[in-house]
Amino acid sequence: MELVFALVIGALTASGVYLILRARTFPVVVGLTLLSYGVNLFLFSSGRLATGQQPVIGTAASYSDPLPQALVLTAIVIGFAMTAFVVVLSLRNLADNEDDHVDGEQPYKSPAPEEGEVTGK
Amino acid sequence: MNHWLTAPILIPLLGGILQALMGYAPISLRRTLALATTVLMLVSAIVLLVLADDGSYRIYAFGNWQPPFGIVLVLDRLAALMLIVTAVLALFCHIYSIGGADEGNRQFHALFLFQLMGLNIAFLTGDLFNLFVAFEVLLIASYGLLMHGGGTVRTVPGLHYVVLNLVGSAVFLISVGMIYSVTGTLNMADLAVKIPQVSGEGLNIVKAGGMMLLVVFGLKAAILPLCFWLPRAYSKATAPVAALFAVMTKVGIYAILRVYLLIFGDDAGELANLGMDWLFPIALATLAMGVIGALGSGSLKTLVAWQVIISVGTLLAPIALGSEAGLSAALFYLLSTTWTVGGLFLVSELVANQRGSAQDRIVTAPKMQNRTFLSVLFLVGAVAAAGLPPLSGFFGKVLILQSVEPGTEMAWLWSVLLIGSFLTVIAYSRAGSIVFWRTVDGHLETPDPLNGRISVAAGALTALAVVMVVLAGPITRYTDATAAQLHNNDAYIEILQTPMVREDS
Repeated sequence: MELVFALVIGALTASGVYLILRARTFPVVVGLTLLSYGVNLFLFSSGRLATGQQPVIGTAASYSDPLPQALVLTAIVIGFAMTAFVVVLSLRNLADNEDDHVDGEQPYKSPAPEEGEVTGK
Repeated sequence: MNHWLTAPILIPLLGGILQALMGYAPISLRRTLALATTVLMLVSAIVLLVLADDGSYRIYAFGNWQPPFGIVLVLDRLAALMLIVTAVLALFCHIYSIGGADEGNRQFHALFLFQLMGLNIAFLTGDLFNLFVAFEVLLIASYGLLMHGGGTVRTVPGLHYVVLNLVGSAVFLISVGMIYSVTGTLNMADLAVKIPQVSGEGLNIVKAGGMMLLVVFGLKAAILPLCFWLPRAYSKATAPVAALFAVMTKVGIYAILRVYLLIFGDDAGELANLGMDWLFPIALATLAMGVIGALGSGSLKTLVAWQVIISVGTLLAPIALGSEAGLSAALFYLLSTTWTVGGLFLVSELVANQRGSAQDRIVTAPKMQNRTFLSVLFLVGAVAAAGLPPLSGFFGKVLILQSVEPGTEMAWLWSVLLIGSFLTVIAYSRAGSIVFWRTVDGHLETPDPLNGRISVAAGALTALAVVMVVLAGPITRYTDATAAQLHNNDAYIEILQTPMVREDS
């Protein structure tokens, strides 16, 4: 289980970082989401992986660490709020600049058509 | 247990909720209540400063849970000092915003107060994860504030700022998870006990976690490779917001101080002074970078935004050297530079309002109406920021220079700091002489007039540089005591043994 868990975290984080490095806002937002999933899973693992144990003292002979679960819960709530904000901000960016490039416009645009070409003179 | 500790958090929280609920109330009522909240917050910060001045640690354990199991607030001299810096800066920014900058956004005051709440939690918390939560609270309010005032110029820097900080939060969580997985605690006092005992495989994990934490705090503090977002974001923000943001980089510095002096301090065994030999050259490079940016900036606000980066470098260099005198000098400079930079942001906006389409760009323009008043404010701010005598920035820099032991480090620090200060003077005098002296004939037809609130706020914040010189004695005594307290970890660790309130007492 440890190997699968580690692979999942690694895959999520790698894909997240790759997408964040893209120059369009939509991939960046998806990348941030994937990264936060990876981080949340990682936080779970910081309390040691175990199956069938409850995070409540006294219900079983051994219990799993409740603190990482509290941390993950907080991180998920904050992550959702932040993702919602960044989605709205990307939409605003798209509306303001008519381009979803993260810099507002592409650094190297293809040259605009000449006046004559558009009107067909 | 001292219930006063919750006041700087509860006051802006209640005030902010009240503001959020009364978005449609008359603006004068909202302004009065919001200002009253900020004033109350300043009062509570002063009370805490008086409490902390006896040198003891006070804790407030939520739900009466004994640390390290519950969330605690810890008040010491450093926390009280940071609360005062924030409260004073916030009060003047708030007065300035009431002069008209808060219009067009029903939730400006709510966001402003929530931002203050986040800052205060960050300064008071004694728990690493709660520090993360505090960062998120102040960041989400700052995202809203950065966008305040509309305009398409703010969306792109805002987007960069938000995405960078979200990545920073992810790295923060990873490093917190790494440290927790080895030590099994996130309480700072408990970490200071557990970290020296770490050995074997866990050592490298904690080391990596600690270094990643330094990257996160470095992003908040805007040290060199992580500072390029700052000038664009700060120079595009509304003046009171930019001025309040002057304290945001100091949150990163505060976190570095707290974590790397307490948890990875001299007593941390194999992990002692983790990352500090990296921090010194980076701090000097940040200083140099800030100076280059200041020389090349095209508008007053960009110039002041680069000044923020200069101050970060100046602050971190003595902190990285780790001497008590250097720490005390850095704290003195922190007070001075935060208020001065805040004041300069406000003055730049006043100048911009009087120059029509030239705004705050460093170009020739028609004469301003209130030229004398504005130029005096700019002169005082620039002298304090560049570190010329006789204002507070000079004393801060002299203290920093005096604190270094002779050696290679002294040679580096002296040369970078002195050449940097000289070039900063050039940057300010170039900007000032073009903006105030090289004017074309004629007046602007309808400049935005100065009103009492904005000129008093900008003037008072700038004048604090003079006040700090008058009060330099008591302030230095306080910062000396703070530095001594920060270097004595044993007293901080004792909060783990503090008896909680029992039900029968």
